[in-house]
Amino acid sequence: MKSIKQFIYLVFAVMFSYSYAQQTPASPQKEAISIKGATAYIGNGNQIENSIIVFENGKITYVGTDQSQAKGKVINAEGKNVYPGFIAPNSTLGLVEVDAVRASDDERELGKMLPHVRSIIAYNTESKLVESMRPNGVLMGQITPRGGRISGTSSIVQFDAWNWEDAIIKENDAVHVNWPSGFSRSGNWYDADRRYEQNKDYQKEVDELKTYFKSASVYKETSQEIDLAKRAMQGVFDGNKNLFIHVNGEKEIRDVISFQKEINFNNLTIVGGYQAHQLADELKEAGISVLIQRVHSVPNFEDDDYDLPYKLPKILHEAGVLVALEGSGDMERQNSRNLPFYAGTAVAYGLDKNEALKMITLNTAKILGIDDQVGSLEVGKDATLFISEGDALEMRGNKLMKAFIQGRDISLESHQTELYKRYSEKYENE
Amino acid sequence: MKQYIFMFCVLFGITSFAQDYFPDSKAVKSETSNYVAITSAVIHVNAQKTLKNATLLIKDGKIVEVGRSVKLPENTIVVDAPGKHIYPSFIETYSDFGIKKIQSVKRKSQPQYDANRSGYYWNDHVRPDQEAKSHFEYDQKKADKLRKAGFGVVNTHIADGFVRGTSALVALNDETSHSRLLNEKSAQYFAFDRSQQTQQAYPSSTMGFTALLRQFYHDTDAYKNGLIEDKDLAIEAFVSQENLPQVFSVENYLNALRADKIGDQFGVQYAIIGGGDEYKRIDEIAATQAAFILPVNYPKAYDVEDPYLRDYLSLSDMKDWQLAPANAQMLSEKGVDIAFTTRDLKSPDMLLKNLQKSVDLGLDKSVALAALTSVPAKLINADQHVGTLEKGKLANFIISENELFTDNFEIAENWVQGERHRYKDIHKIDIAGQYKLTINDEAFDLKIKEKSGKYSAEVKQKDFKYAAKLSFENQWLRLILSSKEDKNYKVLSAKIDEVPSLIKGKVTLENGNTTTFTAQRLQNVQEEKSDKKDKKEKEQLKFEDLLSVSYPNTAYGFKEPKQEAKKILFKNATVITGAEKGTLEQTDVLIKNGKISKIGQNLRSGNAKVIDATGKFLTAGIIDEHSHIALSSVNEGGHNSSAEVKMEDVVNPDDISIYRSLAGGVTSAQLLHGSANPIGGRSAIIKLKWGESADELIYDNSPKFIKFALGENVKQSNWGGRSRFPQSRMGVEQVFRDYFTRAQAYGERKASGKPYRKDEEMETLLEILNQERFISCHSYVQSEINMLMKVAEDFDFNVNTFTHILEGYKVADKMQEHGAGGSTFADWWAYKYEVNDAIPHNAAIMHNQGVTVAINSDDGEMIRRLNQEAAKTMKYGGVSEEDAWKFVTANPAKLLHLEDRVGTVEEGKDADVVLWNAHPLSVYAKPIQTLIEGVVYFDLEKDKKMRQEIKKERQVLINQMMAAKNKGMETQPIKKEEKEFLHCDSLDHINHKHN
Repeated sequence: MKSIKQFIYLVFAVMFSYSYAQQTPASPQKEAISIKGATAYIGNGNQIENSIIVFENGKITYVGTDQSQAKGKVINAEGKNVYPGFIAPNSTLGLVEVDAVRASDDERELGKMLPHVRSIIAYNTESKLVESMRPNGVLMGQITPRGGRISGTSSIVQFDAWNWEDAIIKENDAVHVNWPSGFSRSGNWYDADRRYEQNKDYQKEVDELKTYFKSASVYKETSQEIDLAKRAMQGVFDGNKNLFIHVNGEKEIRDVISFQKEINFNNLTIVGGYQAHQLADELKEAGISVLIQRVHSVPNFEDDDYDLPYKLPKILHEAGVLVALEGSGDMERQNSRNLPFYAGTAVAYGLDKNEALKMITLNTAKILGIDDQVGSLEVGKDATLFISEGDALEMRGNKLMKAFIQGRDISLESHQTELYKRYSEKYENE
Repeated sequence: MKQYIFMFCVLFGITSFAQDYFPDSKAVKSETSNYVAITSAVIHVNAQKTLKNATLLIKDGKIVEVGRSVKLPENTIVVDAPGKHIYPSFIETYSDFGIKKIQSVKRKSQPQYDANRSGYYWNDHVRPDQEAKSHFEYDQKKADKLRKAGFGVVNTHIADGFVRGTSALVALNDETSHSRLLNEKSAQYFAFDRSQQTQQAYPSSTMGFTALLRQFYHDTDAYKNGLIEDKDLAIEAFVSQENLPQVFSVENYLNALRADKIGDQFGVQYAIIGGGDEYKRIDEIAATQAAFILPVNYPKAYDVEDPYLRDYLSLSDMKDWQLAPANAQMLSEKGVDIAFTTRDLKSPDMLLKNLQKSVDLGLDKSVALAALTSVPAKLINADQHVGTLEKGKLANFIISENELFTDNFEIAENWVQGERHRYKDIHKIDIAGQYKLTINDEAFDLKIKEKSGKYSAEVKQKDFKYAAKLSFENQWLRLILSSKEDKNYKVLSAKIDEVPSLIKGKVTLENGNTTTFTAQRLQNVQEEKSDKKDKKEKEQLKFEDLLSVSYPNTAYGFKEPKQEAKKILFKNATVITGAEKGTLEQTDVLIKNGKISKIGQNLRSGNAKVIDATGKFLTAGIIDEHSHIALSSVNEGGHNSSAEVKMEDVVNPDDISIYRSLAGGVTSAQLLHGSANPIGGRSAIIKLKWGESADELIYDNSPKFIKFALGENVKQSNWGGRSRFPQSRMGVEQVFRDYFTRAQAYGERKASGKPYRKDEEMETLLEILNQERFISCHSYVQSEINMLMKVAEDFDFNVNTFTHILEGYKVADKMQEHGAGGSTFADWWAYKYEVNDAIPHNAAIMHNQGVTVAINSDDGEMIRRLNQEAAKTMKYGGVSEEDAWKFVTANPAKLLHLEDRVGTVEEGKDADVVLWNAHPLSVYAKPIQTLIEGVVYFDLEKDKKMRQEIKKERQVLINQMMAAKNKGMETQPIKKEEKEFLHCDSLDHINHKHN
């Protein structure tokens, strides 16, 4: 007991020497690590009781039940759960620090067609918000710009890095489009009951977007004629970049399906998708996946089922659509750490628990095109995973004992835990 | 196309008074005055009394006699009107007719907090001194429009501001200006509206208006009693107008009830110009005993042809389309006096067209007539002049061929003060029929047809059909004939003095020569109308076919406004009592008379409804200490203190958030004022009794609370201007010290027994000093938390609750010592600079230091899953399951001084309970049933059924709207009303208006 206490004091001492700096990124994995005895939630729908998970040089080398595979440093995790790191897609983490402080806001650019604008440039690895994700198991994110018709190019990062370059899992992974809305807001921003009116320019806006895509698809560069935006679009046509279209209404989604057929993309994902379930069959057929809007939302329409946002993931999944959860919206950055609880709520409203887990791990990785690297506890993938005391989709159970990103034993402290400890100490010492 | 044939006015019997003092430079003065008699007419003396074959005798603009045997004096001009209907002209009670346009003042760069005017009330929106008569200029064009719509007099006022001053009653008589003004001060008008003539910030919310009006009445009393020394011309005007009719114009039924309640407090009965949606809460409306003047701008059907757009349309909007035309009938059947107004109509001629919809549904015609005539006359004290056709009243009447409220009704003439205005010839000659037309010995077949007052012609010669254009106006017939090939025109014209058997007239030929024609009538063209009428009746929606009003009248509304409390026995539940007994396994809970009657094993059910709760969890309902759902308005930011405003004034029982929160297990909530100013408004503490009226939602003997706020919002860091004190945390302290010092002085004066001016703001602050009212203070950083506790201690009271309190963990020991509770978010932070140090472990630290902790939502989404938010305190800070659950039940009950009534499952407490499918602190839990006082307000099974019903009702309405469009009725594009969630931090709501 005594030694544990001493250890804790030591940790505290170390911590205070850094007080208020962000967490220091962990050093690379030096020796093999084995996690023994935990229930391994693979992320692909399966789970292994009393498992052994081994990783070396940042990669998973063994997952199974053969106890003899253990090597290197062994962590006893009996009665605990191991999960692949959760992934927050369509996120603005690291782009804004404090909502109300304009100087800390880097999430949108001026203009309309901005595929060349890249989120990775503004991504702040030292954001206090980013580090606050890790104690909840959210270890990676797709950092996505907002604004414009084509808002820019996202990149996928892991949440323990000295700088943006080191944070990259996949650079420039996708171009994001804000599809025109069939309805637009009228009235003054301060009116309580603002009406949505039909957007008279909807078709014009769709045509404009189509034209842009078509002209980008035949873009030919010469030394005298260079268009950085269209150059940035090329990845969308040659398969190097995914396309994410942010769209919610049924009619608009139907138009997106036509758009896909007309322009011919392989990797199209709908983001938001409030009414996607009304076209689930068509989406399935077209191979379009969905990043479904934040589960913790209110219904968009007064007459909707009160639990519609809770059960959208289930409805789409059961229709055979590849679904993952995203969390954009009001206070999205600070709420991103609730990603596991979004999944948990979907379970409360009918979704299978393992399916829910997939929607924040492997499904997300597939949609983002990084499933060869992360998303599940499978051999060859990054050792980006964590050990939780209990069910990580539960508020009560989501207590992280250890977390690793690419095999690195990362700190689970944050600006917030430091304050917690500091003030707990204050009262203990009084 | 203008429908009327001709229009001019003739002066019959100039209203010359005994001694005319108006000079007339335009003509030789006529000193004679004659009588005019309209004879053989059907005279509708009033809504109840009709005289057939009667005579109306008028002179000098007034009615001399009405009756069936009226003796006509010698100098009488007789207008024979056999079988024509005569009605009193209509009365418009809400108008700005002839009022010069109000110039809006320019927006200033900084908000304005003081009044512009000197010598008047401190608030520029209160303008009882405004007089219509001094802004009035007769508007002939508008007068004509109003007359065509049937009006004889209008009550006009300056439709600007809150207390708007007096109206003038004006007759729509073009010629004799000296007799036009019937009453220069006829009524006093009010509306929940800001004046365009000032930029003064206060009031900026509905509860700001209600508070201001109350204070204005108090100040009026004080002024009368000599307690206000300064001259106040506004109050003086108001006092002099106290005995006039008081008319309040509102936009919806909620504001009608709000206005009436203020009237009740000060002994004033307003006549209310309503919103047309009174049917939604008919019993409460009837209980106001106010007369309602109803607008008839019924919503047009929505264009629902595009199925993709239908989702955007709510059942409540669709139902309003169907039910709004039945509003008048429903009110009238409840015994409410009703009148009609053209307010909100694009053009007054829509009045009768729209009213017809109400009559077709079943509105009694005599009620409708009274609502246009005698009722409004009485409401504005004009019944000595107008409203009926009785001796001595003004000769204001309309003449029509057909009865009012029939399809073919059209105003033929409108007489105002004896001034005759003709729109249709009452001596109409029907020329429809089959004729043999002869021009220069050439014979043609002529067929004249009539359809809704318009004639058309068909002209044939053997098999050849001519192009024919026929018009019949002012008894002149004109027929233009051409054969298509030669484009040559023959123009036939004839004057027709009586129903023709032979028409003779002149023809102007292609070559310019003229000749004559004759048209010999052969027979009448067969009418096909009767058949059509039957069809119309069949298609016509009847009152019985309307969807029933639900409570509230939205999706998921209940059939009855009040639900019956049932005797219920929950069998074998895991009961989380939230009290000393902890969690009880396999336990029964008996609910009786709205209370938790018994808790134990194997309870006898008796006649109770038994619910098998095996494997399920029964808990107390969740209590949200900090919410802004079910409110029409949140912030009154027009002053740095708004202690006078009451959130109870603006509870909105129709907010779907109530139902959705029930589905999340919430049964009570404190609806707080926003955080726009240091001293906010008084709270409304409600139970989520979905379906009941605003007043029924509010707790009986509610504990008294008020919102205070600190930090960025009140010093306007992220919104507003730079002109309101305070702009720093230093200033915030001084605001409190200043107001409490003043409140002390006020209290002293009050206690001294000397007369004093009643001040609602000071009364509220005094309640705080006397510890009768508790503070729930929006707060973030430690310095300000500490500050308020010190201020309170200096004034000998304590701060009941710090809400948000995100740095509470830094001063938890001080809070505990002071006795303040903390109601916080589970994990919000980083949305403002002042929440940089907010940590999710806050609740745990405060709790560990002995502070009573609650977890609140402040959000329409989060309120739906506060159980999850409570569970987060177990993750962050290791709070025990038992304590975590109390954070959303027993503790907020304690903080709200409701712990004797709610918050735990204990015998004798209100039966506000929730049945969960799993432990409520699990993310996998959801409520199966939510009860308040023994009434099941949410039930998963019932919810499922309601979804089906909503679907059905929507389809019925969609089909009806499609049919309406097919019939050629005008439609409007689908719009979606979106109610934004109000939190006190989302400062987008400062200028909140309406609803």
